[in-house]
Amino acid sequence: MPSYLFWILSALMLMGGGAVIAFRNPVSSALSVVACFVGLAGLFIGLSAFFVGVIQILVYTGAVMVLFVFIIMLLDLKDEEKAAKPLLPIAAGVVLFVVFTVQLIGVLSRSPNKIAPDLSAKTLVLAANSFPPTSKIATTLSQGKLPDVHLIGHTLFTQNNLQLQILGVLLLVATIGVVVLSKRQAD
Amino acid sequence: MPEIIFQIAIIVTKIVILTFMVVLPLVPLSVYFERRFSAIIQDRVGPNRVGIPLTLLGFKKDFHFFGLIQPIADGLKLFLKEDFTPNHVRKAFYWMAPALTVVPALITVCVVPFGSPISIFGHSEKLVIADLDIGPLFIFSVASLSVYGITLAGWSSNSKFPFIGGVRSTAQMISYEIALGLSIIPVLMYYGDLNLSTIVQQQADHGWLLLPLWKNGHLGLPDLNTALFWFPAAIAFLIFTISIFAETNRMPFDLPECETELVGGYHTEYSSMKFAMFFMGEYAAMVIGSALIITLFLGGWSIGFGLDAWVSDLHIGDIYFGGLIHMGCFLTKLLAFILFFILVRWTVPRFRYDQLMKLGWVVFFEAALINVFLAALIVAAPQLKSVIITSGAVLLLIVTAAVIWVAKVSEDTTKVLRA
Repeated sequence: MPSYLFWILSALMLMGGGAVIAFRNPVSSALSVVACFVGLAGLFIGLSAFFVGVIQILVYTGAVMVLFVFIIMLLDLKDEEKAAKPLLPIAAGVVLFVVFTVQLIGVLSRSPNKIAPDLSAKTLVLAANSFPPTSKIATTLSQGKLPDVHLIGHTLFTQNNLQLQILGVLLLVATIGVVVLSKRQAD
Repeated sequence: MPEIIFQIAIIVTKIVILTFMVVLPLVPLSVYFERRFSAIIQDRVGPNRVGIPLTLLGFKKDFHFFGLIQPIADGLKLFLKEDFTPNHVRKAFYWMAPALTVVPALITVCVVPFGSPISIFGHSEKLVIADLDIGPLFIFSVASLSVYGITLAGWSSNSKFPFIGGVRSTAQMISYEIALGLSIIPVLMYYGDLNLSTIVQQQADHGWLLLPLWKNGHLGLPDLNTALFWFPAAIAFLIFTISIFAETNRMPFDLPECETELVGGYHTEYSSMKFAMFFMGEYAAMVIGSALIITLFLGGWSIGFGLDAWVSDLHIGDIYFGGLIHMGCFLTKLLAFILFFILVRWTVPRFRYDQLMKLGWVVFFEAALINVFLAALIVAAPQLKSVIITSGAVLLLIVTAAVIWVAKVSEDTTKVLRA
């Protein structure tokens, strides 16, 4: 990804994040989150993770945040009143900020400063050797293209199959639970 | 450096030609078609007068292009009308909403393949703006953003009926997105690829998904597996097409703008060009939806019957122009499908809101899920033993029966209304 794109998208994300707490109107705040998510999706796409980026928009921007906006509108929230600034919450916020920063610095200082391998056609063709030669992944890689959707599917269904199944069951239980709860309320 | 400038110039040309000279003019054109076609259905004449008023200059007859100028006149009228902003609206959102409905619909144009590659003097160029490897997902994700436009329009208008329209639209679009996404999984399993250009190329070579009657350029009956896959493909086509109707807020699912209940729906408080932009958004979404259906199920730009390789090879000297013929074929199919959309609008009465939700959640969601398993069974069958195939088929039947039974049992008995 060209570095100027990284800076533009990061700026968009930070602006969105800042605007969430700066706006007094809940709907404006929710839309700022949307802007933040769009920037995040742009970052993913810039890192050649097209699938993750698109799913980010599809799930978070297109579904989750729509429901947020929907609920905020239905509740008809008024603009948030400017409260007197009590000292304790502000102090707690500052402490949290410091703790997270220290933790981030700690993690970053320990992890080796390795540059990720360039996604050039040559590395992709080399990577094709680790897959069965007739498979879709290998043929796409040897054409010098990154089959990110196929790679994600391959990883999920070969290395993490059990976890995936467990997550699926969990989601199913949650869905059924929602149906049961809403049915009970209707009676 | 000149290489990069050349690339950018090509991309800009593609955007200008495909988005603003092909898809955008289709919007007023389909409005014209809508008016003329509905007129035919209702035994009227429809708009047929706008043209050059030669009688003003003393000629015997006016010159009218079958009313084809009507869309321009309509557009001009909408531009020149007073743009009235009511006092009680939330201004910023009120202004943002129309743009948010049009922009996503136009962005999705960029992954639709309009034709096979054109080659001029050895330089080959695909007739698609961005040849992404995640085509259909990109369209879904960007199209899902257009719900913000309608929701915000309803909310920012700050009055009752638009708000109900906006709420309805949100619920409807989120519900049908699930059916939409699930219904094309069989199709993607069959192709094993998410790139729309590759999908169309495969259909050109091996027969359209819903018309697999040729293989490698020769007419002939499909093999057993392809023939069996026709059934899940047809089910997917049905669910997908109807869900597109719901996603684009078209009749019979246009409850967000149901004028008998909601005055005008989410755009009641809008006037002039802002109002027109909602219409543009709706019709652009319809055009893109039709394009996606054609691309996935009906062969995209492919002429079919094994003629595509021959057409792609047509050339005068070093200029291979077969792509333009394919583009013509694509646009013909697109117009035919838009006419189908219009035909449905003027023949099927509007659904009730609970019927709409029931259709989405109880019928389509389950049907699409079962269809995924059916398609998986058929696609995987050649590699499996017959015992596994039989047990899979039996399991599928049991699950289908169970789902239908549950849906029947959980059906609410109609309550008697008492005062």
